[in-house]
Amino acid sequence: MSNEVMNSNRRRFLTAAATVVGGAGVVATAVPFISTLTPSARARAIGAPVEIDLSDLAPGGLKIEQWQGKPIWILRRNDADLSGLEQLDDKLRDPDSEVEQQPDYASDKYRSIKPEYLIVVGLCTHLGCSPSYVPQDEDHSLGDDWLGGFFCPCHGSKFDLAGRVYAGVPAPTNLLVPPHKYLSDTRVLIGDDSGVS
Amino acid sequence: MEKVTQALNGLLGWVDDRFPLSKMWNEHLARYYAPKNFNFWYFFGSLALFVLVIQIVTGIWLTMNYKPSAEHAFASVEYIMRDVEWGWWMRYMHSTGASAFFIVIYLHMFRALLYGSYKKPRELLWLTGMIIYFTLMGEAFFGYLLPWGQMSYWGAQVIISLFGALPWIGDDLALLIRGDFVVSDVTLNRFFSLHVIALPLVLCGLVAAHILALHEVGSNNPDGIEIKKNKDANGVPLDGIPFHPYYTVKDIVGVVVFLIFFCAVVFFAPEMGGYFLEHANFIPADPLKTPEHIAPVWYFTPFYAILRAVPNQLGGVIAMGASTVLFMFLPWLDRSPVKSIRYRGRKYKTALALFVISFITLGYLGMQPATPTFTWIARFFSVIYFAFFLLMPFYTRTDDDKPVPERVR
Amino acid sequence: MMRTITLFTLIALLPAPGFAAGGGVKLMHADVDLGDKESLQRGAATFVNYCMGCHSASYMRYNRIGKDLGISDDVLESNFIFNPEDKVGDTMEIAMRKSDAENIYFAVNPPDLSVIARSRGADWLYTYFMTFYKDESRPMGVNNLVFKDVGMPHVLWQKQGMQAPVYEMVRTADGGEKKVITGLEQISRGSQSTEEYQQTVRDLVNFLVYLGEPAQLKRKTVGFWVLFYLIVLLLPVVYLLKKEYWRDIH
Repeated sequence: MSNEVMNSNRRRFLTAAATVVGGAGVVATAVPFISTLTPSARARAIGAPVEIDLSDLAPGGLKIEQWQGKPIWILRRNDADLSGLEQLDDKLRDPDSEVEQQPDYASDKYRSIKPEYLIVVGLCTHLGCSPSYVPQDEDHSLGDDWLGGFFCPCHGSKFDLAGRVYAGVPAPTNLLVPPHKYLSDTRVLIGDDSGVS
Repeated sequence: MEKVTQALNGLLGWVDDRFPLSKMWNEHLARYYAPKNFNFWYFFGSLALFVLVIQIVTGIWLTMNYKPSAEHAFASVEYIMRDVEWGWWMRYMHSTGASAFFIVIYLHMFRALLYGSYKKPRELLWLTGMIIYFTLMGEAFFGYLLPWGQMSYWGAQVIISLFGALPWIGDDLALLIRGDFVVSDVTLNRFFSLHVIALPLVLCGLVAAHILALHEVGSNNPDGIEIKKNKDANGVPLDGIPFHPYYTVKDIVGVVVFLIFFCAVVFFAPEMGGYFLEHANFIPADPLKTPEHIAPVWYFTPFYAILRAVPNQLGGVIAMGASTVLFMFLPWLDRSPVKSIRYRGRKYKTALALFVISFITLGYLGMQPATPTFTWIARFFSVIYFAFFLLMPFYTRTDDDKPVPERVR
Repeated sequence: MMRTITLFTLIALLPAPGFAAGGGVKLMHADVDLGDKESLQRGAATFVNYCMGCHSASYMRYNRIGKDLGISDDVLESNFIFNPEDKVGDTMEIAMRKSDAENIYFAVNPPDLSVIARSRGADWLYTYFMTFYKDESRPMGVNNLVFKDVGMPHVLWQKQGMQAPVYEMVRTADGGEKKVITGLEQISRGSQSTEEYQQTVRDLVNFLVYLGEPAQLKRKTVGFWVLFYLIVLLLPVVYLLKKEYWRDIH
């Protein structure tokens, strides 16, 4: 009898040991399978920082470039645009950019390093559609008090000229400001902000 | 603990009322009674299933990064080897797995020859197995074109031309297989489709049928004695033991030992000296230039040697086809009343030994350039190869078989 | 178990299928060592300076070499990347277009070298670089013992110097006589001694072997741990488990 008990204990112990050791092997095997799904060296090379020349961008103009395959908007705002930003606070969800959607160096009300240039990732924070740029003086149906901004055709989210989201639309946060730095007055590097505080 | 067990049992009962889960578990594992005397040769069935899983899983992952086009295929394989994290591992698992599959299957088939596992009542089991083998050959052939190296290209060219040698329909058939006047982007694309979806589906279905057929008739064993003839009062074979846990724990040991050899190749010799990955296949396919020496991958070379041994195009193709198809007739060619080699006479033992020697020699010759001497050796062994099958009704009927005991040893 | 081992031994004893034929010349031993990072770095430098004028390695990225061989991005940019357009993450393409190469410079298009070591083998490559010899009948003025009528010039001749063939008359099977090359002799000195040149070539071939499969450095390390796990940890446990259950049967 006691012999049998000992045997069944031994059996249970060996089963548990085999399950644990084998399970560890299965988990370790899963690691390469999952890392295969991460961006490859090619994707990372293509997603490297990009340099953009701003010298041909006129005031009021919008330039669309790509970084990591995503649209990057560079909007050159004029003085009227910038003063317009100050009147919107009560209509916005996060006027002071408290949610981390921008690096520290772009967290003021203009959400930029240089007030003149707005640099954001052109993807709606709701479900990733790319909104369109609707200036104030263009033909639009966004109301008479529209001061210019971005409108997402997918689900109707609205953003102002600093990429700040309006209240009462599906998008939860302001548009994302990518890491970037100025290499000269008119050359900006998107995707790399090393050395910028 | 008690409560958890209770809850799990409740859940199982709920499922069992709606799906035959416990029933299937019992039928195929816990109350599937297998002979207690399985030996080394009985590992290869479960190992074949294991390799199939490896191939399917790594195949899915490779397909995520492979591009089936003449322009990009070669580059995409190198992309997998370099740019994709762990891509090299996926690729080597898959390429080694292909060869491992054939090693395991050949040993599995040899087991059947040793112990007469194809004999009545297991004819359908043997036939489903043979169809699996043919499907696997197709699967391997289609897959071999995908890296789009020189060997891929010219190997496909040669094999498709075999079909072109058939009278009347040959040329049209070859054109239909290629979808173009030569092996091209179109061929690559359709081979990709067949390799990643069509044949794997067929293969999985056939494997299920193979296992169902096995569990219907019950496993043979090294003594070739039907354990179902001796049952206890409960109808359980006296020489049978439940597959689970006894053979599951045993097969796990087999899988681990297999993995040791498999991983040794994957990590330390993935090219296996040029047998598993051929050197010439690291040159991108060039439709204008054939490599100096082309040979199929090792698992096809016995049949390839037979093809070359016949000095006539159509005759060679027919001989090669026959050399594979003849296996299917074994259940009816073998007239011995005895299954296992343990109780067979000298004639069958000699015949089987000669067959193994000729199979291996032909396999070797199929990799070598066809010099006149080699061709004559290949002819000699081709004759032995065919004699094994065609003379089988005579030497098995007149063999001095030994009496078979009632119970397994 | 014993039988499996025998089987694998049998497979291992089979003669390995040869690499592309060496023209009947006995190949020298490259004797490369992938663990030698400095050798690989020197080889990489030779490669970008002497080979990449005409050959690409378009499946390889500069920064992969940097990562594997311990070369920083800055050094890559200043010493390894000659095209100012190229970034460290780019593949090692060359500026020469295929059509130019075929029409203007060479009879054939210089092949991409990413996997050349896997199709040719290290020993062939080593012998190839060692056995260029003077042959005025060829457009480039040189020929090669293992690559007959090669279209490539001897790019390392300033290092090696020039060699000339030593001929000997041998009797052929049908009774006639034929002139064959039995060896090479140095006819002009290069900037390197024989030993130095051998080292240069060994470094280059070492790099080409690495280039053929950059993962091989990692592969063997991982393989060691996988086998350790399987043999030392998993096998004993599952074997004991099997033995424990099978006590019921025996």
